[in-house]
Amino acid sequence: MTNIARPVGEDDLQAWVDGRLTPERAKVVDAYLEAHPVERARLAQYRDQKRTLREALAGEGGPIPARLQIVRLTASSRHRGQPRFVQLAAAIILLILGGAGGWTAHEIRGALGWGVTTAATAMAEDAIAAHRTFAVEVLHPVEVTATQQEHLGNWLSNRLGRRLIIPNLDRFGLQLIGGRLLPSENGPAAQLMYNDAKGSRFTVYVRLGASGETRIYLTHESIGASLWIDEGFGCVIVGPADRELLGRIGEMVYKEMLPEGNSQQRKES
Amino acid sequence: MPDRGELIAAHIPGLRRFARALLRGDPEGADDLVQDTLERALANWQRRRADKDPRSWLYTILYNRFRSECTSRIRRGVHQELDTVPDPELPGIEGGQEAAVMYRDLLRGFAQLSEDQRAVVFLIGVEDLSYEEAARVLGVPIGTVMSRLSRGREALRRYMNGDRQLPHTETRRAK
Repeated sequence: MTNIARPVGEDDLQAWVDGRLTPERAKVVDAYLEAHPVERARLAQYRDQKRTLREALAGEGGPIPARLQIVRLTASSRHRGQPRFVQLAAAIILLILGGAGGWTAHEIRGALGWGVTTAATAMAEDAIAAHRTFAVEVLHPVEVTATQQEHLGNWLSNRLGRRLIIPNLDRFGLQLIGGRLLPSENGPAAQLMYNDAKGSRFTVYVRLGASGETRIYLTHESIGASLWIDEGFGCVIVGPADRELLGRIGEMVYKEMLPEGNSQQRKES
Repeated sequence: MPDRGELIAAHIPGLRRFARALLRGDPEGADDLVQDTLERALANWQRRRADKDPRSWLYTILYNRFRSECTSRIRRGVHQELDTVPDPELPGIEGGQEAAVMYRDLLRGFAQLSEDQRAVVFLIGVEDLSYEEAARVLGVPIGTVMSRLSRGREALRRYMNGDRQLPHTETRRAK
């Protein structure tokens, strides 16, 4: 091997400083340095320099400041996966529906843990964002109109993978306009849109895969969202901020969508 | 299996050293750079090569951030402190006065290397990255790493031997 060894080059000398030569190559370089004392002195200085630089820089920095601690960064980066909603999330005020049968924030945290609350908040944010996108649409507010209500129900049910009952909200003066399918982190979501007599739009956002039982109410600027999660369904009613009204619509939607012991039966409007 | 937080946290001291090596004389700016890096790493954790040590991935993010966003600000910073590294930045010294002087001189010489040379001398000499890893972090061929390493070490040696103009003029020429 030695007779075909390539000549010692600068790369070899740097690798010698770093101790990154193979043992065979190190022998060749050692022999070269024996014969070249000036080079040997240069490399010795590099090694000293390397050690000193390491010592000098090792003492820098000190304790890790709070702003670089992962726990803190993780909390603040939770919404980074959905940049559209970052501003929205920051502005949202989370209120827990009170009154009989309602949950308090403390109960939700205690019973379900923060993860569930966070998932619910994220779903409500998605629903609000979808509402803001499509409620202002004049020409194409929906993909399938109310005139094809049966087709709409079947289509959304097929895509969601569970029977979706389209709630009748006549009692609140809300007329169905139609519905559309939306992507979400947890698979497809359905959005149903309604009009009231004044032309205000309300949307009912539904997706599956939610766990636990939760009820929350959120507002963002002039928009309110009443959310419930039950039996794997997550549903958000979004409209002009009116906590009492949205809460009542939410209860109605809940009764229509999850009729007790009868969840396979389709309710005709 | 440790979670991403633990895997990343283990490298925070190294990332801070790297940022300070790149941004000599601006420890606050260095920590800003680290914070930016950590936020990006947390957001893009799925995109790393899961079979690899996250260290070079993290260092790559930091270096790319340094190059893309901070370049102009950083260059100004480097030139501002070409003459002196402020003494408060010096680490706590154990070896007495002589060691303190040696550290101070060496850090001044180090601050005067070009950014490219400083990054290579740091990653290989201080953080013990392999030549391949350093090439990946810096996004250059291995031959470039080797030549920057050789030039950076030689510039530092000459600076320490009293030839204090050389690294400076070399930096200017490289730009």
